[in-house]
Amino acid sequence: MIEVSGVTKRYGEKTAVQDLSFEVKPGVVTGFLGPNGSGKSTTMRLILGLDAPNAGYTRVNGRPYRDHAAPLHEVGALLEARSVHTGRSASNHLLALAQTHGIPRRRVTELIEMVGLAEVAGKRAGGFSLGMGQRLGIASALMGDPRTVMLDEPVNGLDPEGIQWVRRLLKSLAAEGRTVFVSSHLMSEMALTADHLIVIGRGRLIADTSVEDFLRRASKPGVRVRSPQVQQLAELIAGPGVSVKTIEASVIEVEGLESEQVGTTAAEHGIVLHELSPQTASLEEAFMELTRESVEFHGTEEASPQPEAVTR
Amino acid sequence: MSVEAFTGGRVTQRRVNLSEWTKLRSVRSTRWSLLAALLLILGIGILACAIFESRWPSLSPHERLDFHPLRQNLAGVNFAQLAFGVLGVLTITAEYSTGMIRSSLAAVPRRLPVLWGKAIVFGAVSFAISLPAVFAVFFIGQGILSGRHLDIALSHPGVLRALVGAALFLTVMGLFGLGLGAIVRNTAGGIALLVGIMFMLPPILGLLPASLTDSINPYLPSNAGGAVWTINPDPGTLHPWVGLALFAGYAALSMAIAAVLMRRRDT
Repeated sequence: MIEVSGVTKRYGEKTAVQDLSFEVKPGVVTGFLGPNGSGKSTTMRLILGLDAPNAGYTRVNGRPYRDHAAPLHEVGALLEARSVHTGRSASNHLLALAQTHGIPRRRVTELIEMVGLAEVAGKRAGGFSLGMGQRLGIASALMGDPRTVMLDEPVNGLDPEGIQWVRRLLKSLAAEGRTVFVSSHLMSEMALTADHLIVIGRGRLIADTSVEDFLRRASKPGVRVRSPQVQQLAELIAGPGVSVKTIEASVIEVEGLESEQVGTTAAEHGIVLHELSPQTASLEEAFMELTRESVEFHGTEEASPQPEAVTR
Repeated sequence: MSVEAFTGGRVTQRRVNLSEWTKLRSVRSTRWSLLAALLLILGIGILACAIFESRWPSLSPHERLDFHPLRQNLAGVNFAQLAFGVLGVLTITAEYSTGMIRSSLAAVPRRLPVLWGKAIVFGAVSFAISLPAVFAVFFIGQGILSGRHLDIALSHPGVLRALVGAALFLTVMGLFGLGLGAIVRNTAGGIALLVGIMFMLPPILGLLPASLTDSINPYLPSNAGGAVWTINPDPGTLHPWVGLALFAGYAALSMAIAAVLMRRRDT
């Protein structure tokens, strides 16, 4: 369980996170989504107590992270970029972390095997590829068999096989009842992995919702119709809850009806169709539209009240 | 992954010390710096003794007056102090430059145990290296000098104090570097600050009128620290142990400032 409550963080003049509040619950994978620079990494640093907020507080498993006697058993984190001494081997890096909690050396061996770094465990981490670095970071995160796992962009730099491995890992951790919090700037990745979403833009909360709801609300399904008799069809299908937009003289976009209904109506009236195609906003479009709004708002109406966060 | 697979526990200072020992021994800069320090202490000390021993008959009375069996013998300590100091700086600044500090502080979020752990481990390692090195160079150097009966005995007043003092001086030097490094969190800055204080401050102070210089000089970190391993001190030098205590005080002050900043600053 992670609680972020009313957190604001400024670095000099720049506000990285603004009055951010959300909870991350155990048992599901919660995606933390936002464009690059939206404050995801900052929020994770605040949760770990690496940075101190200007206002608000964060708690993990009921306490500020700093107050836990055995923090690695509470939260395992993969931090942004490299957080490893480049001159130290992977196994010594993990051993040094393990020793702070009295975790035995065999746990290090076990983790190295598990993340697939056995062959390079004795090599200096500075020579690791981005993908190997991520695997080492994931091993560090799992070190204390933590109740809460927090990973910042874990699939960055991984090959497809590695990405699949991370997806399975996250799901299995959640299935064991752990709290799993994963950031990404890729909506498509989150749609595959996450059950719940926290979306931020410019350091503010945009959405706190299940992935299903997010997609349903964000996407605007419609039907694109091309027909020489398009105006006649438009009149026939008009009704409550249906909107028709004329794109070209012979092309309309219908919202509020499925393509089956439009096609059936056309057939019943002998209308010739040249095109009948269902339109779904892609995940990326939906995500970009949401975050774009927050960005525009932020840029033009600085002094007015904040946009109301969309919640379930 | 299962909870029963292993048993870990809470973070303790002892455990953090062990972790810091693993960190210190597992990077190359430690080995190279300590090897350099060892070679400087032994190499320069032995060389200086050997040169005086072989050239003794042809030295002028003035040159002979300049000779002290312990000063030449411990000449390498002057150079080794830089190796210990730089390694002290690196011990903490390398964590910041590589990002390792985020992992370290995520594992030990109370933070200060990391700083104390580094000080304890690095201090112990420095003393464990420098003490045998100083004694080794003493016995080898005096062995060489004894050929012309130029040697000094361990039992001679002040000799034992100077030897132990030299090892303590090097240890404190490393800790001073650690403290300064933890304050500036940057390798180049930390080394520059250390070198500035230890090697540039005395000549800069030398530009002042002598009356001023003389009253400040003994209290400079370099001179205070030097007092403990000098056998024939200049007039005005602090008492050996007082000097060392003052030097240790400077190091402790740097650590205290570093501790306050480390608690407060973002990482």
